[in-house]
Amino acid sequence: MFARVAAIALNTFREAIRNRILYTLLVFAVAMISFAQILSLLTVGSEEKIIKDFGLASIDIFGVLTSVFIGIGLVSGEIERRTVYTLLAKPIHRFEFVLGKYGGLMITLLVNTTVMALWFFLVLIVKGMFDPRLVLAVLLLYFQFLLITAIAVLFSCLSSPILSSVLTLALYIIGHLLWSLDLLKEKLTSPVGKTACAALYYLLPNLQNFDIKGQVVHGLPIDPAVPAFATVYLVLYGSAVLLGACAVFQNKELQ
Amino acid sequence: MAVLELSGISKSYRTHLSLRKYWILRDLTLSVREGEIFGFIGTNGAGKTTTIKLAIGLIFPDGGTIRIFGEDARRVGLRRRIGFLPENPYFYDYLTGVEFLDFHARLFGLGSQERRRRVQDLLERVGLGNRGDRQLRHYSKGMLQRIGLAQALINDPDLVILDEPMSGLDPIGRREVRDIILDLKARGRTVFFSTHILSDTETICDRVGMLVRGTLKAVGAIDDLVARQVRFWEVAVRGLRDDHLPCGRIVSRREDVVLARVETEDDLKRLLRFLDARGGALISVTPARESLEDLLIRESRGADPERPAEVREREAQHVR
Repeated sequence: MFARVAAIALNTFREAIRNRILYTLLVFAVAMISFAQILSLLTVGSEEKIIKDFGLASIDIFGVLTSVFIGIGLVSGEIERRTVYTLLAKPIHRFEFVLGKYGGLMITLLVNTTVMALWFFLVLIVKGMFDPRLVLAVLLLYFQFLLITAIAVLFSCLSSPILSSVLTLALYIIGHLLWSLDLLKEKLTSPVGKTACAALYYLLPNLQNFDIKGQVVHGLPIDPAVPAFATVYLVLYGSAVLLGACAVFQNKELQ
Repeated sequence: MAVLELSGISKSYRTHLSLRKYWILRDLTLSVREGEIFGFIGTNGAGKTTTIKLAIGLIFPDGGTIRIFGEDARRVGLRRRIGFLPENPYFYDYLTGVEFLDFHARLFGLGSQERRRRVQDLLERVGLGNRGDRQLRHYSKGMLQRIGLAQALINDPDLVILDEPMSGLDPIGRREVRDIILDLKARGRTVFFSTHILSDTETICDRVGMLVRGTLKAVGAIDDLVARQVRFWEVAVRGLRDDHLPCGRIVSRREDVVLARVETEDDLKRLLRFLDARGGALISVTPARESLEDLLIRESRGADPERPAEVREREAQHVR
């Protein structure tokens, strides 16, 4: 099983690195990180915060865009181009195909994030502003990309690429605003409303679990439980989403 | 022994705007024997590609069973013994021919040395020996068909299923594919292929199945299906001025060449005597026998008005 998943993952990675979209996003990310230095000159006294904040935000946005725009085409693109026909005529299970595609994007995102992070760290090291906690912040961002990719793959099994990208981006935004659901729950008086808010709070992906940018940029302490919780959350939530994607794809008619 | 066995297969689709079911296949029962070349013929939209997708497991039947090598076709392990080429195949165009075949060989868990040997061997076999290092996006349609055939054979399969393998190929390409199919038979493999190019079918198939609007209309050896006796004769004559013939009728007249048709052997003899007497120069006498094409056209006449264009389109979409 592993050899087949690895073969598909390797091919997916090969496809991604030969895709111009990836390079365009990467160039933009590197340009944005560099632009942070110019932007920091416009502020007085908070140059370091601006560079770090802008750099992490750039890695976040361009990583998410890579997850979404490559992730949504992983399965539906194969069906549309009918390349999946020859693959599934081989002795591979459909879940192996989904896992292989996901694995390929995991590797792509790792390379992508590493390149962006290295450039970011280099800029900070040259300026003498490097903080080792930034590595943890980037690692958690990578975990977030993995979760978003799993969601993109699920939508990719369910619907068209355009709808999948809209839904995945919507969940990314909602995932960072879940605290508002918690606030709403406190303000509601109806028990039905409170239960609905609580259910949504736990059902929707809580991407705040991966966000320690604020603490790192402002030099605030980080609770050691945060990275551990983020890891467990990724494994459990990500596995559930991928399991759903495999179940959907298992019964999908490939017209 | 039956290598591929479909029993009572039915398949329907619903169009986007309707809840009504439209049947693509109805109660299809078909059996492909070991070591034979089986041609699956039918017009566009007859249900050939649907049947093949069902056999491969890309779609699922509404009813009936499919068995391959005596086992349930849904068993993934069975595919180690199957090779498949889809119709108008689309492949990863960013890969080179060698990378593409190597990738498919990996899916069978072949070692690197074995992969390299098989890839080179197959590239030679399909006539792409010196094109393996080019990306597939630079391949012509004929070359894509050939590399597709190579990936179908990468596991040295016992059963090869090809969906319209001659489609879009020039005469040389068709001849090469035909030779590969015959070579597979010579090696004891079973080949099941769909086509609407009937001349190829008549040349190489041991048996054919004829699908018309989702129903198997005929199955068997070609000689058993089509009447081989002469149906009529066509006689071409030069220099015949008279429009009146003692028998038969004039089909066409171009300059001083007349093409006449007679129905029986006695009429033919009378016509030849008449021409001899009138001094007409005989150019040719051609006996017309029923062909597979005649049979298919006869069976296909009177398209089902209930069958919506969208359903026929679904089947025909790969042809365009």
